[in-house]
Amino acid sequence: MYCIEDRFLMSKCMPEWILTLEEQGWYPYVTGTSVIGIKYKDGILMAADTGGSYGSTLRYKSVERMKVIGKHSLLGASGEISDFQEILRYLDELILYDNMWDDGNSLGPKEIHNYLNRVMYNRRNKFNPLWNSLVLGGVKNGNKYLGVVTMLGAHYADNHVATGFGNHLAVPILRSEWKEGMSFEEAVKLLEKCLLVLLYRDRSSINKFQIAKITEEGATIYPAYSLKTFWGFSAFQNPGQFAEGTW
Amino acid sequence: MSEVAMVVPHKGGFSFDLCRRNEMLSGKGLKPPSFLKTGTTIVGLVFQDGVVLGADTRATEGPIVADKNCEKIHFMAPNIYCCGAGTAADTEAVTDMVSSQLQLHRYATGRESRVVTALSLLKTHLFRYVQGYVSAALVLGGVDVTGPHLHTIFPHGSTDTLPFATMGSGSLAAMAVFESKYREGLNRAEGISLVSEAICSGIFNDLGSGSNVDVCVITEGHVEYLRNYQLPNPRTYISSRGYSFSKGQTEVLSARVTPLKQKEAVAEADFMEE
Repeated sequence: MYCIEDRFLMSKCMPEWILTLEEQGWYPYVTGTSVIGIKYKDGILMAADTGGSYGSTLRYKSVERMKVIGKHSLLGASGEISDFQEILRYLDELILYDNMWDDGNSLGPKEIHNYLNRVMYNRRNKFNPLWNSLVLGGVKNGNKYLGVVTMLGAHYADNHVATGFGNHLAVPILRSEWKEGMSFEEAVKLLEKCLLVLLYRDRSSINKFQIAKITEEGATIYPAYSLKTFWGFSAFQNPGQFAEGTW
Repeated sequence: MSEVAMVVPHKGGFSFDLCRRNEMLSGKGLKPPSFLKTGTTIVGLVFQDGVVLGADTRATEGPIVADKNCEKIHFMAPNIYCCGAGTAADTEAVTDMVSSQLQLHRYATGRESRVVTALSLLKTHLFRYVQGYVSAALVLGGVDVTGPHLHTIFPHGSTDTLPFATMGSGSLAAMAVFESKYREGLNRAEGISLVSEAICSGIFNDLGSGSNVDVCVITEGHVEYLRNYQLPNPRTYISSRGYSFSKGQTEVLSARVTPLKQKEAVAEADFMEE
């Protein structure tokens, strides 16, 4: 479960204790799948489906995996839902203490990103990780920011990000089709393109998505909706016609 | 009476007799030989007149690129081609073997090979070597009397019949392109451009794929094998002229000439004494 460098170092000092987290009894139970985020002209757009899987069962179908943090940020998470809720509690406390200063300053997306990075990294160092991949986006004083923190504490920021399966299926599309200064409609269309591919090809995604937007004015999380899928290829009609035993 | 050892022919599948010996050897520190994989992006799609197959050209051996311009689109029959992902030796051997079986079949029947024949031969061979030990994941495409066909074959021997397919480590990147852009009834130019876009997506987003794009267009009675259709990763030099070394550029500090052939002075030959 750890990266190859960690396993190498651990094998030198405590070879008999190299157990993956799963072997230690650490499993994620209720998990959310990919989150995608992109920068557009006015701010950040994020999208995620509303499914919470319990292993291979689709247990919960209305899980909101994106939340507004403070005045300037939006947090989306994939992975263990309970750990996401715990992170929201930590951030709640952080924002509360910040507000209590009552000094006119507020924590921006970069600061929240850094805080999350510290939390995730320190938990991983204690072999007690929060099993999430987080997408943190926001706008403050006209500056757009979009970053990711993984469960190992790795962090980065970019114009377009994704977690989980989104890394493999959505990022190639975003890399070739994202451009600077897209309008809201264009950006939503691009996100929907990625969400559709994820719906077709990710086992744990469901056809019920939410889009969240954050701009200088504020944040909006839109109500959930579905995408139209297409299954009418002629090759799907009778695939075994010329080749018995295929499907 | 001496015992006669009976040599029983194998009934098919691999023999695992040497596994214990191999385990013992690796316990003593002997590293088994690594094998060449084609961590890959291979794709195929059906367009209105036939099938377009595409592949990247990188063959990896662990983290190293072993062959930066290998051929992954293999010939099966004049009207059938097959892209292979997985262990390079396995894909080569399996496609070669089935290709010769198809040739013999053509001689026996006197007819053009059908794609389903190749499909059945490949899947029965891979299934026999169960557990996926012959690690070959193939995209088989061709046009025969019954029309254009595209199939994928997995190492365990299962097959799919699809309008568009991707395999290999870059398959997700390529599938993202196909799922968002494929539609029925593409023409030749659109088919080739979509295939090369999908392969480029694999090349640039997957570490196991790289170098160039190979494309193969199969239509009724005609095959166009476009080797290195696109070269999106050219070798670049700092200056466009490449390197040039003019005489006098390097200062000569000293020179010494050593003749390699020793010049022997032949003394006047004495006649042999009778």
